Amino acid sequence: MKNSFGPGALALLNEIKTKYPTGRAAIMPALYVAQEEFGWLMPEALEAVADCLELPEMTVRSTATFYSMYRHRKAGRNVIRICTNVSCMVLGARTLKGVLEGLYGVAPGGVSPDGRFSLEIADCIGACGSGPAMLVNDDLHTGLDAKKIIEVLENYK
Amino acid sequence: MTRYLLDVVENRSIGEYERAGGYQGLGKALSMEPGQVIEEVKKSGLRGRGGAGFPTGMKWMFAAGDPKSPKYIACNADEGEPGTFKDKAILDENPHLLIEGMAIAGHALKAELGYIYLRGEYLKEKDILETAISQARASGYLGENIMGSGKRFDVHVHLGAGAYICGEETALIDSLEGKRGQPRLKPPFPVNSGLWGSPTIVNNVETLANLPFIVREGAGRYVRIGDPGCPGNKLFPVSGHVERPGVYELPMGTTLREIIYEHAGGIKNGKTLKAVIPGGISAPVLPPGLIDCPMDFVSVQKQGSMLGSGGVMVFDEDTCIVRVAHRALEFFERESCGKCTPCREGTGWLRGILERIETRQGREGDIRLLEDVSKNITGNTFCPLGDGAAAAVLGFLMHFREEFAEHIKNGCPFGPDDLNPYHYNPVQP
Repeated sequence: MKNSFGPGALALLNEIKTKYPTGRAAIMPALYVAQEEFGWLMPEALEAVADCLELPEMTVRSTATFYSMYRHRKAGRNVIRICTNVSCMVLGARTLKGVLEGLYGVAPGGVSPDGRFSLEIADCIGACGSGPAMLVNDDLHTGLDAKKIIEVLENYK
Repeated sequence: MTRYLLDVVENRSIGEYERAGGYQGLGKALSMEPGQVIEEVKKSGLRGRGGAGFPTGMKWMFAAGDPKSPKYIACNADEGEPGTFKDKAILDENPHLLIEGMAIAGHALKAELGYIYLRGEYLKEKDILETAISQARASGYLGENIMGSGKRFDVHVHLGAGAYICGEETALIDSLEGKRGQPRLKPPFPVNSGLWGSPTIVNNVETLANLPFIVREGAGRYVRIGDPGCPGNKLFPVSGHVERPGVYELPMGTTLREIIYEHAGGIKNGKTLKAVIPGGISAPVLPPGLIDCPMDFVSVQKQGSMLGSGGVMVFDEDTCIVRVAHRALEFFERESCGKCTPCREGTGWLRGILERIETRQGREGDIRLLEDVSKNITGNTFCPLGDGAAAAVLGFLMHFREEFAEHIKNGCPFGPDDLNPYHYNPVQP
C-alpha cells in the first residue's frame, strides 16, 4: 500500500499551495488530490496531507470528516451520487434508487458485491431542471428513468 | 426585453464575449475612482441574488470603509439550495461575465485577490471557469497590471466538498480557510473580519454577474429594468411538474403565474397546480391562489414567503405535500452543521414527526407539536439554516393543514411513491 504522494501529485500540491496565504487553506484541495491518489482517505492519506502542508494530522482530519464528498472507506470502482431531493423526487427519483438496489445489489452508503458501484444519495446536484439526475464519478446524467439509468450505467465497468 | 445575464456566448470564447461588449464595464470601472464605482452600484439599487437580498452597494461601502487591508472578494458559487440551478447557468454559458464582475468588485474594494467558492458537484463548471480564468489572464483582464491600469487582481477557484451550509457566508469563509464549514457568530461581519481576519465581501455569482451591465450602461439605465424597489433582471430556475423546466432571465417583479404558465409552459400533462415553492426549499410554499404575486424581495415576503434564490418548484395535484415536507426536512437534518442546538435537534425532531405522519403513525397533537418545535428554532440559531427549515414547515402547515390532519386520521391518501418504503410496510391501525 502506498504511503506518500507520487511526483505528479506533489507538483499539483505545490501549485495549490501558491493559491492561499496559509497552508491550512490548502487542506480541501489537497484532500481531493489525496483521494484521487490513494482512492479514499485512509489514515496514510491524511498523514500525507498533513506532512505536505506541515499541519497536525488532527487539523486535517477535522476538516476531512465534515464534508460528504470526502470518502473514509474504500469506494466502488464507480461512485454513483443520485439526487432524491424534492424536485427529483416528484419526478420519480426514488424508483431509480430501487432499480439500482435490485440490479446491482447496492444500497445507499454501500458498495455492490462485485465492487463495481458505490451508491450515495445526493441532496440536490443542481440539475433540478432536468431531473431525476445523478453524478457517476465526474459525469452528470439527467432525465433518468428506469430504462435510461441502466443504459447509462452499462458504460461504467 | 434586455437580457444581459444569459446572453449566450458562442463557445464561451473570450473573443465572442468581447465582441458582445464584454470587459468594457471593467475598462470603464478602471477609469473611475474606486469610490465612484461603489457609488454607481449603490445608485443601481442592486440587491444580493443569493437569497437575503442585501443591498450590494451598502455591503461594499462597509468593507471599503474598514481601514484594514488586504481585502478579499469571495464569490459564492456554492449553489446548494434545492430547486436552484441558476448560477450554474451563468457558469455554463457566460463565465467571463462572472470574472469581469469580480474584477470590477476587486477594483472598487481595492482588493487584489478573489476566490470563487464553487460547489463540489460542479466539476464541469470548474473546468469551464479555469479555462476562462486562463483566457482572462492571457488577455490582461486578470493578473498584474490589468488593462494597463497598473492594478493587480487575480482569481482562484476553490472547490467545496458537499456541504450545503457553506453557502452561508461565514461558513463559506471558514471552509475557504480550510476548516469545518460552520457559521460564525455575527458581528463581526465579513465586511470587517472575513477571510484571515481581513475585510471580505461575499457576493453570489448572479450578483457579481450584474456588475458589468451596471457599470457599462450606467445605474440610470439599470434602475429602469424590473421593479423600481428591486431593479434588474432575475434568473428564475423552474423545476418540478412543468412542461418546460429551465432557467429564465426575466425582469424582477415578473409574476409567478407568468413564470409558470407562459415561460415554463404550464403544468405538465395538463394537470392542475397544487402548490409552488417560490425561492428554493427554504422558502415557504404558496398555494395556487397566491401566484399573482410579483417575484421580488418585497412582494413575496408580503405573502409570507421569500424570494430566496428564485428557485421555483412546482407541484401538481397528485403531489403529497407531507412527503415533500418530509423530504425537505430530511435534507435540513442532514445538512445542519451541528453547531447550535435548536437547529441540530429541531430539524431531527421535525423530520421524525413528519415521518410518522406520512407512515400512518401520526398522533393527535402532531400538528401543534410541529408548530411548537418550528417556533422554538426560529430566531434562536447562528445562521438561517434552522430558520429556513422551520419556515418551510410552518408554510406547509399554513396552507395545507387539512392534508396533514387527513394523514394523521386516515394515512396517506396518495399512491405509493414508487419505492417509497413507507408504503411497502404500512403500519396497520
